[in-house]
Amino acid sequence: MSNKVAVFRREHFNAAHRLYNPQWDQARNEEVFGKCAWPHFHGHNYELEVRVVGVPDPETGYVMDMKRLSDLIQREILGRFDHRNLNLDTEEFRHRNPTAENIAVVIFDLLRPHIDPSMDLRVRLYETPRNFVEYPVD
Amino acid sequence: MVYLTRLEHFNAAHKLVNPTWSPEQNEAVFGKCANENWHGHNYDLYVTVKGQPDPDTGFVMDVKKLSQLIREQVVERLDHRNLNLDVDFMQGKLCSTENLAIGIWQQLAPLLPPGVTLHSIKLYETPRIYVEYFGEK
Repeated sequence: MSNKVAVFRREHFNAAHRLYNPQWDQARNEEVFGKCAWPHFHGHNYELEVRVVGVPDPETGYVMDMKRLSDLIQREILGRFDHRNLNLDTEEFRHRNPTAENIAVVIFDLLRPHIDPSMDLRVRLYETPRNFVEYPVD
Repeated sequence: MVYLTRLEHFNAAHKLVNPTWSPEQNEAVFGKCANENWHGHNYDLYVTVKGQPDPDTGFVMDVKKLSQLIREQVVERLDHRNLNLDVDFMQGKLCSTENLAIGIWQQLAPLLPPGVTLHSIKLYETPRIYVEYFGEK
């Protein structure tokens, strides 16, 4: 029996985006992405769940100080994406389609360097209450 | 009198900007909601109508017809749109949740069948922010 514990922090941000492959024309984009490709953007309330797994520290009882995790998400993720246009306002999606899948991967990559390498990290991102993705997968 | 509610939802981009103000003043009043390149939300829309249940059907209104009406008049015009740029009934208005609720009321109220009255529009912009509009009394 492992003595690892999973801790979770939930945050949210609101952003505009559109799904668009610049190598295709608008008609082809709408064929593949439907109304998500419309030129004037649409938006979502994104709900983000970050899961960190590790052994509780014997001195603090913490896997990770949740205040530190919250501050980290605030700085690295919400500071970048909240109330922004993901396509136009962020470096990360200038050349990458801002699907929920790609956003989850980007969020993971932004957080990973700041979390102890001995700990597992997983990101779950809700684009709507009924569409959500998880990265990485076991 | 019985109140009947239908829940629909749509996703849209918008920004809060008063075109007669400077960028600084907009930023001061609306904060990050004034971001020039838009942001967006998953909106949840509760439409409540009221009336007497019909003696033949037991319905205040056929809820399938209410759903169709909301979809045709509201959801198709708002879903995956930019509220500031794409929506005819929001042209020239500030795209706040308050004004959007009033706009939605104005689309639906005239089209309800006889004996059915619009009672309220409840519009969630986020899970923790919503407005309610009951029409002009």
